[in-house]
Amino acid sequence: MHIELEKRARVSTLFSILSPLLALALTLVFGLVMFWLLGKSPLGALYSFFVEPLLEVWSLHELAVKAAPLILIAVGLAICYRSNNWNIGAEGQFTIGAITGSILPVMNPEWHSPLILPLMLLMGMAGGAFYAAIPALLKTRFNTNEILTSLMLVYIAQLYLDWLTRGPWRDPQGYNFPQTKSFQIEAVLPEVLSSGRAHWGFIFALVAAVALWFMMRFMLKGFQVSVLGQSERAGRFAGFSARRMVWFSMLLSGALAGLAGISEVSGSIGHLQPSISPGYGFTAIIVAFLGRLNPLGIVASGLVLALTYLGGEAAQLSIGISDKVSRVFQGLLLFFVLSCDTLIHYKIRLVLAGATTGEARR
Amino acid sequence: MKKLIIALAASAALLGGFSTGAQAQEKKKVCFIYVGSRTDGGWTQAHDLGRQQLDKALGAKVETPFLENVPEGPDAERAIERMARSGCSLVFTTSFGFMDATVKVAAKFPDVKFEHATGFKAAPNLATYNSRFYEGRYIQGQIAAKMSKKGVAGYIASFPIPEVVMGINAFELGAKSVNPNFKLKVVWANTWFDPGKEADAAKALIDQGVDILTQHTDTTAPMQVAAERGILAFGQASDMIAAGPKTQLTAIVDTWGAYYIKRTQALLDGTWKSEQIWDGLKDGILTMAPYTNMPDDVKAMAEETEAKIKSGELHPFTGPINKQDGSAWLKAGEKADDGTLLGMNFYVEGVDDKLPK
Amino acid sequence: MFEAILLTVITASTPLVIAALGELVTERAGVLNLGVEGMMIMGAVCAFAVTQISGSPYVGLFAGILGGGIFSLLFGFLTLTLVANQVATGLALTILGLGLSGQIGEAFVGQPGIKLQPIVFPLLSDIPFFGRVLFSQDLTFYFSIGLVIGINWFLFKSRTGLKMRAIGDNHASAHALGINVIRTRYLAVMFGGACAGLAGAQLSLVYTPQWVENMSAGRGWIALALVVFASWRPWRVLAGGYLFGAVTIGQLHAQAFGIGIPSQFLSALPYAATIVVLIIISHNRRTTLINTPASLGKPFVPDR
Repeated sequence: MHIELEKRARVSTLFSILSPLLALALTLVFGLVMFWLLGKSPLGALYSFFVEPLLEVWSLHELAVKAAPLILIAVGLAICYRSNNWNIGAEGQFTIGAITGSILPVMNPEWHSPLILPLMLLMGMAGGAFYAAIPALLKTRFNTNEILTSLMLVYIAQLYLDWLTRGPWRDPQGYNFPQTKSFQIEAVLPEVLSSGRAHWGFIFALVAAVALWFMMRFMLKGFQVSVLGQSERAGRFAGFSARRMVWFSMLLSGALAGLAGISEVSGSIGHLQPSISPGYGFTAIIVAFLGRLNPLGIVASGLVLALTYLGGEAAQLSIGISDKVSRVFQGLLLFFVLSCDTLIHYKIRLVLAGATTGEARR
Repeated sequence: MKKLIIALAASAALLGGFSTGAQAQEKKKVCFIYVGSRTDGGWTQAHDLGRQQLDKALGAKVETPFLENVPEGPDAERAIERMARSGCSLVFTTSFGFMDATVKVAAKFPDVKFEHATGFKAAPNLATYNSRFYEGRYIQGQIAAKMSKKGVAGYIASFPIPEVVMGINAFELGAKSVNPNFKLKVVWANTWFDPGKEADAAKALIDQGVDILTQHTDTTAPMQVAAERGILAFGQASDMIAAGPKTQLTAIVDTWGAYYIKRTQALLDGTWKSEQIWDGLKDGILTMAPYTNMPDDVKAMAEETEAKIKSGELHPFTGPINKQDGSAWLKAGEKADDGTLLGMNFYVEGVDDKLPK
Repeated sequence: MFEAILLTVITASTPLVIAALGELVTERAGVLNLGVEGMMIMGAVCAFAVTQISGSPYVGLFAGILGGGIFSLLFGFLTLTLVANQVATGLALTILGLGLSGQIGEAFVGQPGIKLQPIVFPLLSDIPFFGRVLFSQDLTFYFSIGLVIGINWFLFKSRTGLKMRAIGDNHASAHALGINVIRTRYLAVMFGGACAGLAGAQLSLVYTPQWVENMSAGRGWIALALVVFASWRPWRVLAGGYLFGAVTIGQLHAQAFGIGIPSQFLSALPYAATIVVLIIISHNRRTTLINTPASLGKPFVPDR
């Protein structure tokens, strides 16, 4: 017995809608079994995972806080991947964006101008873009694989941040502990509503997602991205430059990752410290694919992934499910979503061994 | 089938949302936030053992929920707020990196009490607590100087924060009180937790000629390497004798349990106050693991020093002490004040390393 | 002292080399599996758990290989049978592996492990200078050398290897020639998983005989870098792995000598070095093109 795929003549609209629901259903079934085997109340577990975080206002704010960097990074990456550029170093661009964005408040803690915040955000974007420019340059100039250069640069960025916060940027009044001075109030990204912690970073994420969706859908640039992504040769015939596309997509995704970095530091943390991200840059890659590289889809997938983090915590507290189990559960959800998306482009057939044709046997 | 019904009933109760209220009034919740996994074999595990002791001692009166593997940063703030909202009366946040998050949440929930480990920011409902690990390091230094044939020990350090620098200095001072020419080599592993890297650092130090190892990182990997190479070593955070039965001289064991019980009792009695607490050997917040693999006279010396520190007769940082460059720091008989220690960013004479800036 | 440092470098490099060799074969067949870290940690926990239960590190070693191999099937099923995106699936595999290994290993935390003992070749190990270094190592080291030679022969001398490279270069024409693309790729993915599992077993049985969560600490990612660093050549994986190990250990020694460079810069050195070497290697467009599997990461569905 084996599985055969048959390409659909056209993308199935039905399964575009059904596939995430199917994935959710499969995850629920598996989850029920898993929690049952662990001796935990399965329904209670699913309740804390998917419902509990949505019931309170503060928790919804937290959801936005958690989803904001994921969405902001992932929409940039989606453009990259759609154009066949494999930036997987968003974590590093996030880090460098946080650093360059923090230059002003760290160097001028006494500067109380309303100008400081917009400047910080711009510098954060510039920093992220600059850091993504390195793999872009290496790819266009030396043909170096951007997957690896961007990945290696992540470690370097993290170590650089580590050195800065433990060394030259350390708060002199901070008993030598590794963090900078807390930013002055003018340098803190404000909260959107007074009812919780969600800050403007979430708005940036939504704006970026809508803008990029518009670009992909209605603008020539978006068309260039798709054409070059599908076939560099076809793109060349259409007069599009793959080289310029490398620069465009890498700088764009780097800038958005940088913006996410400085928003996170300024809006959520309030100072710079050695660890500012629990792997947002990498998780965002998964978010991008869960959202099928569609900016609006990514808003949804970012929120769902953020929900599983919050839900994992809720489950840990209310039913004592360890965070390892939460991670396994999260992994399962990812696998089911990824595999169910196959249904959009293919028909799946189970073929019994006896019934295979000669061709399939080959 | 019966199990299923019970499970369903429990879930229904949860769905109904009336499961938490009744218990919370009888039992107070004392909550814990961990930065690592509670089975990490080091820092977090020690805190969790403390929590379990608390559970054992006062389990009739308190519940002790916890959240583990909470990353420092915005996630920490959410986790702490979740604790405060879930009805915790007292929340222990057990990593330095949780400091600002704890401060922020404490301001939002004035009725909940918070205690932050190893930090320095306090509030009326936020206490800080720490352990005078350096007292144990001083004893280790003395033992090392007695036991080392070459007069050189190796120190696997994590990050150059005052806590670690203080430990290195205390070790060197202890060693010099026995052998004035004792040298200490330091390798920065730049991690709290990476067994492979810690093992590499241990091997590098041994290859550079040290014959005693001590570590300020969390896993037992250096102890294993020391055992394999046949040299002696000190354990960290928990008793690591299982990893080196013929190797471990002693270990600084973090015994937070005593502290957690003390503070929870204060909470129950209504005498809890926000304080900046820095307990030492005498308070039981740290304990020396049994002195093993050493001759009786060394053991006697170690026990004597331990007793002197407990009684307050001996303070490891008592002058005359010079800084690494030879300039004077403390005059004869002068004791270092806590403020200087908590912000320590220089080496004392004899440490063979440059402090990373 | 030189000999001692060399031994340390070997222990640090061996898991990188083994995992990278496995990934090399996977990538030569045209599949990019970014889940090396997840498969490695699964190998580490399986090896440790089975060693503790059975009392024999050799059984454990085998379990590690098996654990990594079986775990990689999950990736294979998604990316080969269901043609899911390889990058995303690989990352998800790592998340799952880190969670699952923590769950499995919970019962084994803090237990002192049983070390895989070296196998000493009597006369050879007495050769001055390099005898002890080369001929009194544990099984994983001999494996790593054997794998380099074996894979090199397989890829460039054997018929099957030739077919596999053909698939990696152009799966459509390989399929047209009658080669079973999917089956070969399944085998390549499983081989990669088994190697990653073996590398993980080296971590929990040789490098540091113990189990702690996340003990692979990013080594799977380094192995991924090594493959490209080596431009998909087995011997260069060996050289690159040892270079990487030497820089890591070297910076620790530099510190112990008291060289006053911030340790973060020293720690960053290996990564910077990889980028530089990547540039040098890929600067010559022709050599990269010859070695790079052209259909790397691209999905394949047999048409019928």
